[in-house]
Amino acid sequence: MKGDVILNVSKKEYESIYQKHSGKSKLYITIPKAFAIGGFICCIGEFFTNMYLYMGFDAEKAAAYTSITLVLLSALFTGFGLYERIAKHAGAGTLVPITGFANAVVSPALEFHTEGLVLGTAAKMFVIAGPVIVYGIFSAFVYGIVLVIIKAFGG
Amino acid sequence: MDMIMEYVWAFLVGGTLCAIGQLLIDLTKLTPARILVIYVISGVVLGALGLYQPLVDFAGAGASVPLTGFGNLLAQGMKKAVERDGFLGIFTGGFTACSAGVTAAMVFGLICAVVFKRTDRTRQE
Repeated sequence: MKGDVILNVSKKEYESIYQKHSGKSKLYITIPKAFAIGGFICCIGEFFTNMYLYMGFDAEKAAAYTSITLVLLSALFTGFGLYERIAKHAGAGTLVPITGFANAVVSPALEFHTEGLVLGTAAKMFVIAGPVIVYGIFSAFVYGIVLVIIKAFGG
Repeated sequence: MDMIMEYVWAFLVGGTLCAIGQLLIDLTKLTPARILVIYVISGVVLGALGLYQPLVDFAGAGASVPLTGFGNLLAQGMKKAVERDGFLGIFTGGFTACSAGVTAAMVFGLICAVVFKRTDRTRQE
């Protein structure tokens, strides 16, 4: 398979191949695919939110349980090797939803199991999620400082 | 009918946020990791400005499931924490808000690594 050839090249080679091919990617194919699959994942989220609301949880808890459910589903799909197959077509459609975040954690956790559970799985699971958490927490931190300053000046 | 429209809006708004991500992938050299970082920061900024929550109220999971919703959650959590704990809230708000999703990803990731033994690539690049 074509994809398997790309697997065994170095990071630099992969990048050049990726860029060469991404330059030729056809927007009228990739955009609708990302739109449809991403939208579909959100609809699954909407379904679970409604289900948890129906079960009597308030909006905040229903949203949290929805996140947990989507993360679990993404972890299972990643474990069975299905997520990557969908992602090949979906592009950002499977990247941008929280399932993409979960995939970014679970996938390296699986891949680097061969390097051990400590420096393999546990360390590498944050290769993409780490930056997301660091910058997310940092920007929220900045917002918190702004809020405290506003509060101090009687805002 | 309301029920159907709810899903239609979730689909359209969620799809649009993903389509923007796809545009960034196709037209720029941004890696998926950078796109996710951009989405989270955008979510925090829009959430802090009070612009994102109305979208969540309107589109439901269409706005909360994409990673911008994760950012918005961080901003909303920070606001609540500062209101409740003042200065200390700056240090607790962010992690408190995203704890459910992050814990789920970590725990399921660890379990999956032990249960599924795979060495081939499963990550989206």
